[in-house]
Amino acid sequence: MIEIVWYIIITLMLAVYAVLDGFDFGAGIIHLFFAKTEKDKQAIVNSIGPFWDANEVWLLASGGILFFAFPTVYASSFSGFYLPLMMILWLLIFRAIGIELRHQINHPMWHAVWDKLFGISSFLLALFFGLAVGNIVRGVNLGGVINGINSFEPHYFFLPLWNSTLSPFEANLGVIDWFTLMLGLVGLVSITIHGATWVIFKTNCSINYNLKKQIPILGLIQLFLVLVSLSIWHFVRSNPFANFSEFPIFILFPILMFLGIFGNIFINHFKNDHVGFIFSTIFLLSGFFSTSISLFPVLLHSTHNINPSLTIYNTSSPEYGLIIGLKWFSIAFILVVFYTILQFKIFSGKRDDIKHVDDNEISVGIKK
Amino acid sequence: MEDMIFYDRIQFGFTITFHYLFPQLTMGLSLLIVYFKGQYLRTNLPIYNSAAKFWMSIFALNFTMGVITGIPLEFQFGTNWAKFSELTGSIIAQTLAMEGMFSFFLESSFLGLFLFGEKLLGQKLHFLAGFLVFLGSWLSGWFILATFAWMQHPVGYEIFESGEFVLTNFTSLFTNIWLIPTFLHNQSASLVTSSFVMSAVGAYYLLTKTNLEFGRLFIKTGIIVGLVSSIFVAFPSGDWNAKNVSEHQPITFAAMEGIFETEESGSEIILIGQPNMMERKIDNKISVPNILSFLTYKNWNTTIKGLNEFDESLWPTNVPGLYYAYHIMVGLGTIFIGIMILATFFLWMKNLESQSWLLWILLFSFPFPYIANTAGWYTAELGRSPWIVFELLKISDGISPTVSSGNTLFTLLGFMALYALIGLLFIVLVGKIIHNGPQNGSAK
Repeated sequence: MIEIVWYIIITLMLAVYAVLDGFDFGAGIIHLFFAKTEKDKQAIVNSIGPFWDANEVWLLASGGILFFAFPTVYASSFSGFYLPLMMILWLLIFRAIGIELRHQINHPMWHAVWDKLFGISSFLLALFFGLAVGNIVRGVNLGGVINGINSFEPHYFFLPLWNSTLSPFEANLGVIDWFTLMLGLVGLVSITIHGATWVIFKTNCSINYNLKKQIPILGLIQLFLVLVSLSIWHFVRSNPFANFSEFPIFILFPILMFLGIFGNIFINHFKNDHVGFIFSTIFLLSGFFSTSISLFPVLLHSTHNINPSLTIYNTSSPEYGLIIGLKWFSIAFILVVFYTILQFKIFSGKRDDIKHVDDNEISVGIKK
Repeated sequence: MEDMIFYDRIQFGFTITFHYLFPQLTMGLSLLIVYFKGQYLRTNLPIYNSAAKFWMSIFALNFTMGVITGIPLEFQFGTNWAKFSELTGSIIAQTLAMEGMFSFFLESSFLGLFLFGEKLLGQKLHFLAGFLVFLGSWLSGWFILATFAWMQHPVGYEIFESGEFVLTNFTSLFTNIWLIPTFLHNQSASLVTSSFVMSAVGAYYLLTKTNLEFGRLFIKTGIIVGLVSSIFVAFPSGDWNAKNVSEHQPITFAAMEGIFETEESGSEIILIGQPNMMERKIDNKISVPNILSFLTYKNWNTTIKGLNEFDESLWPTNVPGLYYAYHIMVGLGTIFIGIMILATFFLWMKNLESQSWLLWILLFSFPFPYIANTAGWYTAELGRSPWIVFELLKISDGISPTVSSGNTLFTLLGFMALYALIGLLFIVLVGKIIHNGPQNGSAK
């Protein structure tokens, strides 16, 4: 029972992470492809300035919670996805210095370097996180089974970046194949939409009018990609929707997911600038929960019958620690929600003119 | 297998050594900034607010570096030390997850408010935001050291047949005898780093005759905090830690001190010398008789067991490395106290500014607390090796079974290149901030 609570908590943490860091990744993508003037670029970076660091903590904390509640899954998946995770780390580092170093020197060439780094790493991260979801949904070759023989302990595996055929059906699976790539694209488009709605919501950029015209088109692409992904899902895993037919009430989540997509396809029927952001938030949250319900109680699927999948029951920490953990987690989570709301309240409204502590000091110092 | 262990260790050692250059400044500096901000609230003198803002811009950059080099560490538990994570996760991840939930969110949310929100918040709330950043960063130290304390001195656990460690007593993680002395020692050491950095910037301004008012404020604050923290880091906190080691890890203690032979009538303290592992002695030794027994047991004649008493297979893996790390830390720590006593004397005599030789010393001594902090951590870690969990789990049994040495070397090279780049950028940009100096004038 307690394992189920922690499964829900991890899903919730990751879903909130996708919403929060999603908007600043998305802002980076919009910054890369749409922002042309220095004023717009500055405005987009400013709009995420006070938020992005705290947003990233949701990823760290989710990792910590996974480590604590399901140590075997943490150990197995982090070592098995070694290469893509390290690349995600490097991209996160590039992205962070892109944001933080930009305002250190007031020179167009300096800005150009960090702007590109920020944009490209945001773009790749959105793609990588989609790929990550794809890998979890598809499953891995647990035990590294070759010709029916385990290469590792049955709960360990190692994935190269790709195999020669980019096929999800070979024993020698890779991180990137046509199935995970499909979900990578879903991630990329979803995050781009999310970022666009954020920029409209939080800035007075000159590109906002153009973005509003692009969102419905992106929304249609998103709808298409989601439908294709859903219909090819059963190729990589049998009966992926079993939990929904058993508990029809959960169909609510996929319905909300489509509501989110349609909301943004019809974005131009709404007047307020924050509506699009709400729809795309609904999409990301319900999308994560739908995926998680479909997987339950599995955390990492085995692609063959030789070794069992890693579930919440065969990988969890002992009950004593999980129950104590729930106590401190409840307190901490209330505090975290409070900080997050406080941040959004204090930096409410359009925030493109916000000043970093040393904007009016250091950069002025350079100009003279 | 051997080279897998080797590269895993090098990568973790490299990334954590580089990482810890930043938090040691973050933690100490956050307290000093809160002090400036508090002085501004109290006195309303604009210099304090400008000082706070000046250090905040250095802090912001330093904090970012700490965050981006910290994330790889949390990931590496799983990526490179999967077996260790799997077996001990239900214990060490309690404190690691608490660090994320209680301190990282606190620091990062209020850092955003602190850096961007001065006008929106007003001065009092801005002070509060700064205080919460300080609290978050020290809480982070507390939780990570609780994790470390458990690895040095495991408590409140049971071991299943599968080899899995299971938590049986949550409270014991925080009442661990290793935790409080380590916390006090580590946090005061971070104040040493920050105060030396602050007095170095002060000395730079006084020597170049720029930003004189700030130079005086920084050097005064740096010297006073530096004196207190340099003494505190040695006594009582360092002393307390040494006693823990001598009691619970006697072999490590002998190796740290470089004691091979047991001397029945009390052990000498070795100041300088090179361990000669073949002849089991210290070459070119300079030592003082009986002092070690006195420092450890307050008795000149207490016997301290030398390494020869123990089978060589039980010794720490790298005795000379451990010996040097410890001696560098203690040697530098002693010099820090000396420098700060001297500086305090001239500060008190009110003629520090005319002692340009001392200002030069203060200016050039700022890298050494970084070295001492690093050496201190090497002492702790080399002192525990070959154990990842002291006397229960070997380092070699903790690595990821599936990650080949080629993959680890690939990522190690990547980290080296990346960290060289960001280290360079950091130095250049902080140098620029210091060179530009604080802007005089009231808060806008």
